[in-house]
Amino acid sequence: MRYHPLTPDDRLAMIERIGVTSVDALFRDVPASAVVPLSAFDLPDTQGELEVERKLTRIAAKSVAAGAGPFFCGAGAYRHHVPASVDHLIQRSEFLTSYTPYQPEIAQGTLQYMFEFQTQVALLTGMEVANASLYDGSTATAEAVLMAQRITRRPKAILSGGLHPHYSETVETMAELSGQVVRANATPGKPDDVIALIDDKTACVVVQSPDVFGLIRDLRPIAAAAHAKGALLIAVVTEAVSLGLLEAPGFQDADIVAAEGQSIGNGLNFGGPYVGLFATREKYLRQMPGRLTGETADAAGKRGYVLTLSTREQHIRREKATSNICTNSGLCTLAFTIHLSLLGEEGLTRLARLNHVRACALADRLAKVKGVNVITPAFFNEFTVKLSRPAAEVVEALAGRGIIAGIPVSRLMPHDPNVRDLLIVAVTETSTDEDCDALAKALAEVLS
Amino acid sequence: MSEVRFTEQHEWVRVDGDEATIGITKYAAEQLGDVVYVELPEAGRKVGAGGEAAVVESVKAASEVYAPVGGEVTGSNDALSGDPAKVNADPEGEGWFFKLKLADKSEFSKLMSAEQYAEFVKGI
Amino acid sequence: MTMNNQGRPSAPGTIDNHELATISGDRGLDHEEPLIFEIGRDGMTGVDLPNVQIADTRLGGMRRRQPIGLPGLSEPEVVRHYVRLSRMNYAIDAGLYPLGSCTMKHNPRLNEKMARLPGFGDLHPMAPQSTVQGALEVISELMKWLTTLTGMPAVAMSPKAGAHGELCGLLTIRAAIAARGETRRRILVPESAHGTNPATAAFAGFTIDEVKGTADGRVDMIELEGKLGPDVAAIMLTNPNTCGLFERDIRHMADATHKAGAYFYCDGANFNAIAGRVRPGDLGIDAMHINLHKTFSTPHGGGGPGAGPVVLSEALAPFAPLPLLVHDDRGFRLIEDRDELPAGARPFGRMSAFHGQMGMFVRALAYMLSHGRDGVRQASEDAVLSANYILASLKDVMSAPFGDGPCMHEALFDDSFLEGTGITTLDFAKAMIDEGYHPMTMYFPLVVHGAMLIEPTESESKESLDRFIHVLRELALEATARNTARFDGAPHYAPRRRLDETAAARKPVLRWRQKDLPQAAE
Repeated sequence: MRYHPLTPDDRLAMIERIGVTSVDALFRDVPASAVVPLSAFDLPDTQGELEVERKLTRIAAKSVAAGAGPFFCGAGAYRHHVPASVDHLIQRSEFLTSYTPYQPEIAQGTLQYMFEFQTQVALLTGMEVANASLYDGSTATAEAVLMAQRITRRPKAILSGGLHPHYSETVETMAELSGQVVRANATPGKPDDVIALIDDKTACVVVQSPDVFGLIRDLRPIAAAAHAKGALLIAVVTEAVSLGLLEAPGFQDADIVAAEGQSIGNGLNFGGPYVGLFATREKYLRQMPGRLTGETADAAGKRGYVLTLSTREQHIRREKATSNICTNSGLCTLAFTIHLSLLGEEGLTRLARLNHVRACALADRLAKVKGVNVITPAFFNEFTVKLSRPAAEVVEALAGRGIIAGIPVSRLMPHDPNVRDLLIVAVTETSTDEDCDALAKALAEVLS
Repeated sequence: MSEVRFTEQHEWVRVDGDEATIGITKYAAEQLGDVVYVELPEAGRKVGAGGEAAVVESVKAASEVYAPVGGEVTGSNDALSGDPAKVNADPEGEGWFFKLKLADKSEFSKLMSAEQYAEFVKGI
Repeated sequence: MTMNNQGRPSAPGTIDNHELATISGDRGLDHEEPLIFEIGRDGMTGVDLPNVQIADTRLGGMRRRQPIGLPGLSEPEVVRHYVRLSRMNYAIDAGLYPLGSCTMKHNPRLNEKMARLPGFGDLHPMAPQSTVQGALEVISELMKWLTTLTGMPAVAMSPKAGAHGELCGLLTIRAAIAARGETRRRILVPESAHGTNPATAAFAGFTIDEVKGTADGRVDMIELEGKLGPDVAAIMLTNPNTCGLFERDIRHMADATHKAGAYFYCDGANFNAIAGRVRPGDLGIDAMHINLHKTFSTPHGGGGPGAGPVVLSEALAPFAPLPLLVHDDRGFRLIEDRDELPAGARPFGRMSAFHGQMGMFVRALAYMLSHGRDGVRQASEDAVLSANYILASLKDVMSAPFGDGPCMHEALFDDSFLEGTGITTLDFAKAMIDEGYHPMTMYFPLVVHGAMLIEPTESESKESLDRFIHVLRELALEATARNTARFDGAPHYAPRRRLDETAAARKPVLRWRQKDLPQAAE
């Protein structure tokens, strides 16, 4: 088999050197009744690259790629153009097939880009310190809530109604183990009154901006209200490119920022792998989960980087660790770093403005369509529309015409009867005028 | 008159009247390696004898530090936050961890003397 | 003769071994590389985008006021920067990684190609389900491979890494116990367990009770049985265990655990030793996470991303987290809504947004299709054979605490053979770097002193193994002969010498900061 370098002669020589009569003898501790023959597995045998490629290519053809037609899905995953260099660079052997940098002398490549990433995230979020990534935005949000519970020694987490429902559900799974999670009602198109829910048992308030309906929130009054009661503000950002145009959560007095970095450097990939961004104040450093790279010097006085503050982590602290996390997002983190290095200040800010301009143009175009009402007054590249028919049906109808119109809110909130007519529409630099026209025309037809 | 006694968990405690000063022993500091961080208890916290009072960290390990005697914490060595190396340089002097107001003096007399501790370490 | 004046030296003269400092500080192909923040310049960019102006009217007054502070680089500069960084890394493609418990096998490039097919990579997780049937089919296929290889009836696909999978498994156990109306808060964990096990158990709200090992490196069955009781929720074992040994009593442990009303969680990190030969389901486990980035070759990528699907027994399957994947006459469908659950399903909730690490699923499936059931079995046999070959070839010069019997896919040594030399496991490992090898796993498991855990995997040729064995033999002999030169201050030949981890922890510098600009002279 092409991946197995040992030949039958090699195996014989090795068995002889070990001093047994067969490979089976090496498995002597396995109860004989537990060893099954190959025929017990209802699975195919070895196949060459050609066959594997053929099979998987056929399966891939059964889906409609986002780039195949007009496409307007967002809600936590965004289709942006990633320059060709990014994917090329992350596939270099030394990045793709290297391990976690526990031996820093031969992993300076990984450690240095992690240091660059940590700096980029701190700059984007306006916070003092960032880690080297968590799995994704939703688990980063859950980790932020747990961290706030540890810091304040209080049990209650208040989740804004504009927080992505998947994020809320993830927080509930993780944080209900150590406290209480309160979800405010969703108020699509309007800011929810999460301040009214803060009391002296509150560990943190979690607010997403732009929220799942696309609405841009002002976090400062919420931060002030939280701090007045001794609670922390956790700011969630699911569209990292928005930080190229909008005020950073750190400058709005957020205590922890949990974000999804997928928009930068990483494709949609049907939901994963993504990259969780996590940043906080210097004073909470030791409560932060996840890997951290720090600058230091080697024995010859040269600047270098190492994993540091590892005593927070599972492999040392074991049951007292700040989290059980072992991997970070590795290659996805690198893709983010490279793409952002290519963009730079000028590129990211242009990209963000471009996204906003396209979204404004589409919102104006759709507002003129009978049966469509744009309900988000302030948005970055994503807004919610109210339709004259249930949004899920409209999306199916448009899918039949080769247009992926967006995400019906009912898919995220299936039990809320008030949201059935709502559709979340995202526009990025990858949508053309023709795409937007096609959407408007198709909606007009379907809604008439 | 101050007297120093030792525990099998490698803490030392010096008592002056009803104030106890606590730290880790030279042996412990050597075993730990370079100390990089110390987590110290806040004033007002009550700990029982044998209860977890502090955490001392090296690069690769985090160790609990137990209160040799019970009482209420009156203060900790703030200097250690900026200079944890003091624990390695002078673990039984300037590298002290925290002070507490003794609850029960008899707990102190149950601990090992310096000679007994030295013997104990030899046997490890 | 016909005159030819093109003569030039064509063989090197004698080399002057005196180290010549270069002007640049670089040496041949070894380049020092600054940070992007030190290279970048204002206004420069590596991406051409139109410069549109915007009205601020629809930003809710929240337009960013200060610059972000990101550096600007052109594309050639970015490419060169990251290429140079990459060259400071060791990688599987470049050399053997004997990391015990990590399974550093070859990462086939076919898998990368397949994952990048637009029909997999360019799909939004919440696109209409009718438009993503191919992606759902891949997940379904992978589920079939995982359940078939493990002999388990169900699998939860959403965990994003092994540790995340452990949490998922423990949460199903917690839910199952709660559904019985019981409260059980204790989990039994061997002292040899990987750190994620107790960390995850604590995270999930359990208390940990450690079980000691026996002199032959297995879990102490008697002590385990003694600790079982009505307040024990589960045992968490790894099999083969972290010492690289198969737990002979595993069925007995499973039976005792079930009799006590508890569940058996198995850490699947070492599945590579038995895949295709033994089905953990037959051993009585209730839940096991599978590290796709270990057994199924998805790339380690310098630390991630991983994927940790969890196979589940009949007892735990109903509690698998959302979303569920079903296949009926309507096609493939994700169930995300509690109102649409199939009969009997009682998910404990969601582990994360969306439905799992699709990119890693495609890669793992490509691996499985390439190997087939016979290739998977061959891989495990070669992995075990190679580890035993290393053990047999080195146990006379190094100390193997369990060297009398065969090991599984990894061989454990300790630092007894270094006693009295003044050389530690760390020094030994750093000397390996100079020899061109990534060190083995060090100081794990904690149950032996100065552990060195070697896992070659099935991806090494015999020549590669022989070369590795030869180098380790020589190093071991040098160490025991107290020739400390190779070990003192190693590594000598890596891009960096030993780094000051103490300073990094005492005064953490975790980001670059703009230095104060020098004041202009008055």
